Amino acid sequence: MWESVIGLEIHVQLKTQSKIFSSASTNFGAEQNTQACAIDLGLPGVLPVLNEEAVKMAIKFGIAVGANIENNSVFARKNYFYPDLPKGYQISQYEIPIVSNGSVNIDIDKKVKKIRITRAHLEEDAGKSIHDLYENESAIDLNRAGTPLIEIVSEPDLSNAEEAVKYLKYIHSLVRYLDISDGNMQEGSFRCDANISLKKSNSSELGIRAEIKNINSFKFVEQAINYEIQRQGEILDSGKSVIQETRLFDPIRNETRSMRSKEEANDYRYFPDPDLLPVSISNSLIENIKLNMPELPNEKKERFIKQYKLTDYDTSILVLDKDLSAYYEKVLEKTSLNPKTTANWIITELLSYANKSNTGVKNYPVNFEDLASLLTYIHDGLISNKQAKIIFEKMWNNGEKPQDIIEKEGIKQISDTMEINKLVDNVIKNHYKSVEEYLAGKDKLFGFFVGEVMKESKGKANPKIVNQLLKEKLRNDK
Amino acid sequence: MDKDTVIKIADLAKIEINDKKIEEISSSLQKILNLVNEMNTINTDDVEPMSHPLNLKQELRKDEVLEKNERDLFQRNNKYIEDGYYKVPKIID
Repeated sequence: MWESVIGLEIHVQLKTQSKIFSSASTNFGAEQNTQACAIDLGLPGVLPVLNEEAVKMAIKFGIAVGANIENNSVFARKNYFYPDLPKGYQISQYEIPIVSNGSVNIDIDKKVKKIRITRAHLEEDAGKSIHDLYENESAIDLNRAGTPLIEIVSEPDLSNAEEAVKYLKYIHSLVRYLDISDGNMQEGSFRCDANISLKKSNSSELGIRAEIKNINSFKFVEQAINYEIQRQGEILDSGKSVIQETRLFDPIRNETRSMRSKEEANDYRYFPDPDLLPVSISNSLIENIKLNMPELPNEKKERFIKQYKLTDYDTSILVLDKDLSAYYEKVLEKTSLNPKTTANWIITELLSYANKSNTGVKNYPVNFEDLASLLTYIHDGLISNKQAKIIFEKMWNNGEKPQDIIEKEGIKQISDTMEINKLVDNVIKNHYKSVEEYLAGKDKLFGFFVGEVMKESKGKANPKIVNQLLKEKLRNDK
Repeated sequence: MDKDTVIKIADLAKIEINDKKIEEISSSLQKILNLVNEMNTINTDDVEPMSHPLNLKQELRKDEVLEKNERDLFQRNNKYIEDGYYKVPKIID
């Protein structure tokens, strides 16, 4: 009966060395207020000077989403009162953002859906308020004040939580590929606001929306949107109407609630910042950045499917994380195992360990060279796939090299035909009755012989060779 | 300009005005608005909007860290400091 309509505003911290309008450091985790200079504090008489690198990063993003890059972009003051915003206004962009009218394609149920990006503008981040440090006061740390952000605003083209998360993940992947943000969600480098409204099915008229602020994980985005869709649906079903307001997602209670405190401040009185002249961006600068664009996630996906003959599903997983796809290609370079099986190994084995321990590629205890050797041992028949899994577990947990584990524990696969021949002969000798039954037509017993040989070899015999030899021998006896 | 608008603007600007002054402020603000309205009567369809009075372009800065930690200097004149934090009245319930 109701259809949900969702648009996202994504805030991405740019990975510049210094702030957007001052030369203070943007390093995360410094002691409170040691990286907030006179400009960041908004002391009288200071003037902001724009960081060249922040502008270039915004252009890079604009090019990646096929957007229009404005030749003359303007900064504006967004006025609101909050203690972690020392100037009483945030320097942002309003009328002429640096990037406008772009789009990205995301895969939804094997179909491509185009999500339009209305605009992406440059702005400064605010400081941080800490409310639980002192009993009667809030503590303010202004180290983050002035950190460069791009705010990426989508059209309300997303229809449900799943699409919103897919889009968000794609943008996250994109800014990492472009190397313009570290994308660290725990540290707040990548966060989003979701605008959600419900409309009648088949109606083109949009409903009244609520905005959920500052969601900083993919899981929370999904939960917050689903909660909000249900909440608004219940309100509309009962004949009442939704209030346009800002809400906060509480992950502990898994609900959104109204942020009364900021409601009255929603009158931002934007105007062009007289401290900042318009920014002129030449076409030659744009062209120059275009020439130096890295491979983008969708381009890499196409290449992987073509070059390595991977499935769409496998490729999507490998490509979403820039570091993971680089890891995969480095393993491929060193191993003799084929690309498809190598991809399977990374997706099913390695990623299950990585996800369980929440370990990023940079911190994998198994480097690409060691994984490549392990996979080469499988390819050469030195170890079985099953043995490789056991070895891999030890590599992951103890950081040991595969060759050391194989040597120490003697888990090499026996592929020596002479040796296996002896085992096969023994089994046939010891189970003569069964052999007779088999020869009389009880074909099912073949598996029993294989099992016995494997048992004799303590699981080390190469099953392929065991099969082959058994078949030959039992035929000879016929 | 009516009284409520004046009160709202004062509130947004965090300015306290006493009731007696509201009328006076309202009429002087109205004069400014009249001037703006007069300007609005001019046809500016072919005029490019001006976002800055000087016809200059912004010089950009190299991305370098040049500032040092001067926290002690900045906090010297502030009474509401603890452990290097600025302290404000509690802003959340």
